[in-house]
Amino acid sequence: MSTTVLEQPRVHEPVNYLNADYGWKSWLFTHDHKRIALLYLFSITALFFVGGFFALLMRLELLTPPGDLVSSDTYNKLFTMHGIIMVFFFLVPSIPATLGNFCLPMMLGARDLAFPRINLLSWYIYIAGAIITLSAVISGGVDTGWTFYPPFSTTYSQTHVVLTAVGVFVSGFSSILTGLNFIVTVHKMRAPGMTFMRMPLFVWSMYATSIIQVLGTPVIAITLLLIGFERILHAGIFDPKLGGDPILFQHLFWFYSHPAVYIMILPGMGVISELVPCFSRKRIFGYEFVAFSSLAIAVFGFLVWGHHLFVAGQSMYAGMIFSFLSMVVAVPSAIKVFNWTATMYQGSVSYETPMLYAFGFIGLFTIGGLTGLFLASMGLDIHLTDTYFVIAHFHYVMVGGMVMAYMGGIHFWWPKISGRLYPENWGRFAALVVFVGFNLTFFPQFILGYHGMPRRYHAYAPEFQVLNVLSSAGASILGLGYIMPIIYLTWSWFRGPIAPPNPWDARGLEWERAPSPPPTFNFETTPIVTEEAYNYANEMEAHVGG
Amino acid sequence: MADSTTTAPSQGELEHASALQHQFDDPLQQYDSSTLGMWTFLLTEIMFFGGMFGAYTIYRYKYPEAFASTSHYMDLTLGAINTAVLICSSFTMALAVRAAQLGRKRAIIGFLLGTLALGTVFLVIKGVEYHEKYVEHHIPGPSFSYPEHPEYAHTAQILFFLYFAMTGMHAIHMIVGVGLLTTLLVMTIRNRFSANFYTPVEMIGLYWHFVDIVWIFLFPLLYLIGQHA
Amino acid sequence: MKDATHITHHVTPVRTYLIVFLTLLVLTVTTTKVAEIDLGEWNFVVAFLIAITKASLVVLFFMHVRYSTSLTKLFVCAGLFWMAILISITLCDYISRDWQYLPQWIH
Repeated sequence: MSTTVLEQPRVHEPVNYLNADYGWKSWLFTHDHKRIALLYLFSITALFFVGGFFALLMRLELLTPPGDLVSSDTYNKLFTMHGIIMVFFFLVPSIPATLGNFCLPMMLGARDLAFPRINLLSWYIYIAGAIITLSAVISGGVDTGWTFYPPFSTTYSQTHVVLTAVGVFVSGFSSILTGLNFIVTVHKMRAPGMTFMRMPLFVWSMYATSIIQVLGTPVIAITLLLIGFERILHAGIFDPKLGGDPILFQHLFWFYSHPAVYIMILPGMGVISELVPCFSRKRIFGYEFVAFSSLAIAVFGFLVWGHHLFVAGQSMYAGMIFSFLSMVVAVPSAIKVFNWTATMYQGSVSYETPMLYAFGFIGLFTIGGLTGLFLASMGLDIHLTDTYFVIAHFHYVMVGGMVMAYMGGIHFWWPKISGRLYPENWGRFAALVVFVGFNLTFFPQFILGYHGMPRRYHAYAPEFQVLNVLSSAGASILGLGYIMPIIYLTWSWFRGPIAPPNPWDARGLEWERAPSPPPTFNFETTPIVTEEAYNYANEMEAHVGG
Repeated sequence: MADSTTTAPSQGELEHASALQHQFDDPLQQYDSSTLGMWTFLLTEIMFFGGMFGAYTIYRYKYPEAFASTSHYMDLTLGAINTAVLICSSFTMALAVRAAQLGRKRAIIGFLLGTLALGTVFLVIKGVEYHEKYVEHHIPGPSFSYPEHPEYAHTAQILFFLYFAMTGMHAIHMIVGVGLLTTLLVMTIRNRFSANFYTPVEMIGLYWHFVDIVWIFLFPLLYLIGQHA
Repeated sequence: MKDATHITHHVTPVRTYLIVFLTLLVLTVTTTKVAEIDLGEWNFVVAFLIAITKASLVVLFFMHVRYSTSLTKLFVCAGLFWMAILISITLCDYISRDWQYLPQWIH
């Protein structure tokens, strides 16, 4: 498949959302969902590297068995801040606020989201939350773990718990408003002919994600408020000495935080559902199954939170129910993997950068998901909980899964967003570096966890050193793999070849009915949809026919 | 709109044409979106209060006698009056929305003022109740004391904590509601609404009714259970 | 009949609102008086049922859900269902904590 590169002198550049208006005010007071997506892209990328910096320090410490680089208190702060920033300020908003904001209205044929000003507000709230949390980080950090478990967080920790909790609380509203906006947009702003069953699967995933954001986030909001009040008043709501139950906090916390991981992965799955048909030149296999499995994950994801409490003191019977439901929730995810694979079968698969990331996702997410089943079995979890096995599991799904999908999506939609083509060879090289670096970092951690190395410790038994060194080495390679796209994508923004409207020859309103980059209101005239999504079949038949 | 090209647009059409935001194709889409958006927001509020109702349920299950002992310190009369006050305010709010649907500006202003007044009465009574708690040393924290039932001292403090958390959150939502109503009042006086465009009135009405519903549940849970003991 | 250029929605008669309002007041008085009678466990059930009735009246009539689209009704039910999940499953943990771990016949 060749891509045509158009050379156009800049002076004849058509009016698009990037050049429609200039100056910082036109960006900071914009109502355009595409500009807001870029605002988010810059902030989220910056916070990703802040969170990554803490990970770097951790992996440096873990090169040697004794705790010699940092004190244990400092190490506690490192993993806490790594977790808080990565979960709340990178993973939760990443795809929804960037690719979701940019693509969702266009995929539906709409001019903008239902509530553009609320969209801008959600970015400001995100920034406010980030500033509050970063100020807690700068003034000494937090050491409670991103999970804020009492009574340590309410009574014994000497760090800036309340300030951090406020920062996370504020950022939650950003998430809620984004979800609210997406739900209303999907219901009310679809173009004529765009029925629910013609929507791109990315939209289905974003819709399911938004359901979780809207229903789950308020619970962690109130939970963090209760932690804050308890820390100030010491009324005893989570303090066993005063009649409170710390496990109640864990119930309330994980009621959000488990569905939160589906907030993180569903958009990634949505991206993969766009990439695989495009780069297999074939309609998605089992559209309805993929669509409804997104909803199933959203619903069932709310019923499994107790699997984080297996050894906490929860009743064994509740544990059994949660264990069973945790197995059930794996089924819709597996359904998606089967459908993606079946899409590729007898398709015409090519290996552009986005597709490389998609392959990485499918393999690594499968491993991560399967290891989740290990952890869902109560008997096994007794041995594996709080070890590096858990860490490896969630990094496989989050980094091997979600971040790969994010990178794949950024590369796929980059021509649409920037109007430029990124250098394909660098893209492929970086994808391979990420894949190698990722596996080198996290596969040893499965083994470490299986052998009993506990998490959240800055020192470990000497027999674990070889695997830890491998892991740290992998981390540096992984870091390089993330820095490379920053460089070449930035380069391509200013110097890359001009992109045609549809360099991938993809299906979808954003590709077929709008130039790259799109104008501010997306389409010249409102599109009228007459075909099913992923209409790649004609191409294949023509090919086969001769 | 075909009408406006053949005749001069009426005041109502001008107002509601300018009220149509660019992302919407027609006023009905805008109205439907606003309604769905407000309901989605109310869902988040259900879950927000739900967390506190959950904590309350658990501790009530664990410590029924302690909780029953604290209900004597809830002022039943003031609580019942406040419930009635909020119900009246919901009534006036519903009538305000109805007046907006019919484009009756003076009626809107009257009913909004009534709702505002009743909401303020609620907050004043709540303030009186909080003051009573302060005087009795029932505010959780260093000054808390429960000499009447020392065996329940710790668990009673948890209940009072939840009492303040739930009624406090509710009161904050009421204060925000009062602010929103004031904004609506100003907008009405400035002729921003008509029978063709009254969406903000209805949306804030939904919010106000929701806050009333939270109190409808708070009242029995905090004031009534254990009264007979 | 909905015309996209003009919004015509169901205007509830004042009489309906008045009946709902008076019913709500009556139910408030009822629940307050019933609370003073000792019904044991049933006190909670009665109070809760009355609260649900009052809330339903507000939702259906004051908030116009009775005249709203199915989508709105679905949203309302979903919100209540989700709060119910949070409270009931958490409660399951606490209720079952003291249960015997193994049935006798396993020993």
